[in-house]
Amino acid sequence: MEQTLLIHRLHFAFTVTFHYLFPQLTMGLAPLIVILKSLALRTGDETYNQAARFWARIFGINFLIGVLTGIPMEFQFGTNWSHFSRLTGGVIGQPLVMEGVFSFFLESAFLGLFLYGERRLSPKGHWWVAFMVFLGSWLSGFFIIVTDAWMQHPVAYQRMADGSFQVISFWGLLFNPWALLQYAHNMSGAVVTGVFVMSGVGAYYLLEGKFSQHARAFLRVGVTVGAIFCILQIFPTGDLHGRYMARHQPVTTAAMEGLFKSEKGAPIVILGQPDEEHQRMDNPLIMNRALSFLIYGTSTAEVPGLNQFPKDVWPTNIPLLYYSYHIMAGLGTIFVVVMVVAALLLWRKRLYESRWMLWILLLCLPFPYVANTAGWMTAEVGRQPWLVYGLMRTSEGYSKYVHAGNGLFTLLGFMGLYTMLGILFLFLMHREIAHGPVPAKEAARSVRAA
Amino acid sequence: MLTTWFLLVAGMIAAYVVLDGFDLGVGALYLFITSTDRERKLLLRTIGPVWDGNEVWLLAAGGTLYFAFPLLYASAFSGFYLPLMIVLWLLIFRGIGVELRAHVDSAVWRGFFDGCFAFSSLLLTIFYGAALGNVVRGVPLNADGYFFLPLWTDWRIGSQPGVLDWYTVIAAVLALLALTIHGANWVALKTSGELNARAKRVAGILWPLLAVLTLASLWATLSIRPEMLANYRRHAILLVIPAAVAASLVAMFVFARKRAEKAAFVASSAYLALMLLGAAAAVYPNLLISTTDPALNITVYNSASGTHSLSIGLIWWGFGMLLAIGYVVFVYRIFRGKVTETTEWTGY
Repeated sequence: MEQTLLIHRLHFAFTVTFHYLFPQLTMGLAPLIVILKSLALRTGDETYNQAARFWARIFGINFLIGVLTGIPMEFQFGTNWSHFSRLTGGVIGQPLVMEGVFSFFLESAFLGLFLYGERRLSPKGHWWVAFMVFLGSWLSGFFIIVTDAWMQHPVAYQRMADGSFQVISFWGLLFNPWALLQYAHNMSGAVVTGVFVMSGVGAYYLLEGKFSQHARAFLRVGVTVGAIFCILQIFPTGDLHGRYMARHQPVTTAAMEGLFKSEKGAPIVILGQPDEEHQRMDNPLIMNRALSFLIYGTSTAEVPGLNQFPKDVWPTNIPLLYYSYHIMAGLGTIFVVVMVVAALLLWRKRLYESRWMLWILLLCLPFPYVANTAGWMTAEVGRQPWLVYGLMRTSEGYSKYVHAGNGLFTLLGFMGLYTMLGILFLFLMHREIAHGPVPAKEAARSVRAA
Repeated sequence: MLTTWFLLVAGMIAAYVVLDGFDLGVGALYLFITSTDRERKLLLRTIGPVWDGNEVWLLAAGGTLYFAFPLLYASAFSGFYLPLMIVLWLLIFRGIGVELRAHVDSAVWRGFFDGCFAFSSLLLTIFYGAALGNVVRGVPLNADGYFFLPLWTDWRIGSQPGVLDWYTVIAAVLALLALTIHGANWVALKTSGELNARAKRVAGILWPLLAVLTLASLWATLSIRPEMLANYRRHAILLVIPAAVAASLVAMFVFARKRAEKAAFVASSAYLALMLLGAAAAVYPNLLISTTDPALNITVYNSASGTHSLSIGLIWWGFGMLLAIGYVVFVYRIFRGKVTETTEWTGY
């Protein structure tokens, strides 16, 4: 029983974590590609078009793997979480179909045109196609966030006699305040991944002394957009989301912050290890009164600690939640510093020669993936022990008739398959980046000519 | 309202089978009608810009099922757990086969991707056929509305069936044949020269088998589930559907003879859609039949979402589908006509 639940949880956690490595880049790159295409239209500089095509290739591979690993997500609601689906279909079935109907058709149609149709369309027409791909991918993100937000903060529903949930307000569900805050924070997070990948590849080319014209374009766009979105990620999106959460899931906030006991003028723990046994933080490095201030705007307010809540509503894995949140917030802060410094160098026209900064940008490349993953873990581990917050426990929702043996069989299958996909993906990324935005000979010629 | 949603879901599944059906069929044929790299590239180009959009119909149909009939979605998806997971894996192999082949310029990798694409497409047609067979045959639903089916038991139709038994194997082979012919008709429509001729030959050879197996499946269905005739007895007008199936089958043969490529493709599309419609008309109002006790059947009445969700759903769903159909028409128009080696849509 316990084991079956654990396997179903791991099944979803593993497949969704792997899946989201890809959409975060496609959702982040989509607006950047639109920017590159706009610059190409405005300046008439072919470099931007070549840059857009290069990123479109990267986008295409990521999109493909995102789709292929995304189909199992929609199916798993039914296969592994059948009782949850049965009770909630009347509510979250809606955003899930809307994603299919409003965004997948749009995306797939225009992505085909975007990748295969440039020569059949005018430059303006192709710009519009790129814009539609951007719109489709951001719409898709919205509907998924609406689904998750309802599980985090159920609104606009009615509970029926048989235990099922039915939606009573269409707009109420779509414009769940939680969804809007989470969407802003999440999409900004996707852009952060996009800009770090774009500037990281640009930095790599400059350090290698290859494709320098394109590399500068990548850095220009990546760092400018990056500085804006790294700040937006923390303020206002992260700040607002965090405060809303503190109001509606105070026990989760307490666990995230490692606040075992309620405190007036509660401090923020920057580093330290939560010790569940003794209900305290080990080796804490703290900032006095900061938590009260961040949540309530005054440094003396009382923040409820875990001791204020019955143990059966505590998040089930407090250390994991605490670390996920701290990794996310810590990395988010570092990203602001990196991108703001890079933007200043760009502004002073010294970025392309500052090798130390290029190295930092290159080495930062993997970390937005870590931060985005940790952010989602904060949200989902923080929602535990609930599937629908306060209303339906995780232990009530899984497929009871799919026993652990079958669950483990397919979990191992996915692990093997995704390992293969991951290796294939890295191999293809390596090839695309080594190949570069233009054939190497052509690039060498243009450098000599210049 | 419930009947409307039943028809909408059935319609989406039919759209999926007709659209993704041809690119699955192309996959099943792929290694048999091509020998050179040049021909394989051409064949992939016939489906390159559209296969992904075709697959969206599966997701949209699955989502619509979740929304409109949550109990059916929950019960069927968890009950058919193993075959569904295998379908998901096959879809992954298929996707990388189609899309990544062009990214790597190496004979070994191309061989690998070719194998992924062909093998998974072929198996998928078989799984889809077996799935339909399972819905018609019924599953051992328990009092909670759930069940769990092993992949196979003793291959007989008893109270403890498996996903595969002699009946569902007939359905599986029927789907393989029907989709392969459908794919061949698509290839004939989109190519010229040698490939076109080979595709037509395949469709010609397989047609008699399809005709025989269609009759065999009808016989098998009526022998295991005579109650499938009940709706047809009650509403004689429904008999139009089997008549139309027969007509589309004949049309496939006639148009293939006349070398009318478009008409032959339309005929095989009609055949697939009508076969599904015929099955849907026979099972309605049941969605999933219980082999243990008819009182446990999952029907449109006991599995649907609330009226409010469903009636509002009609508005946004209808609007969204109009848009979707618009995109589909637009894309097929842009990429219309036969593909040639100089067709410029090679992608990046």
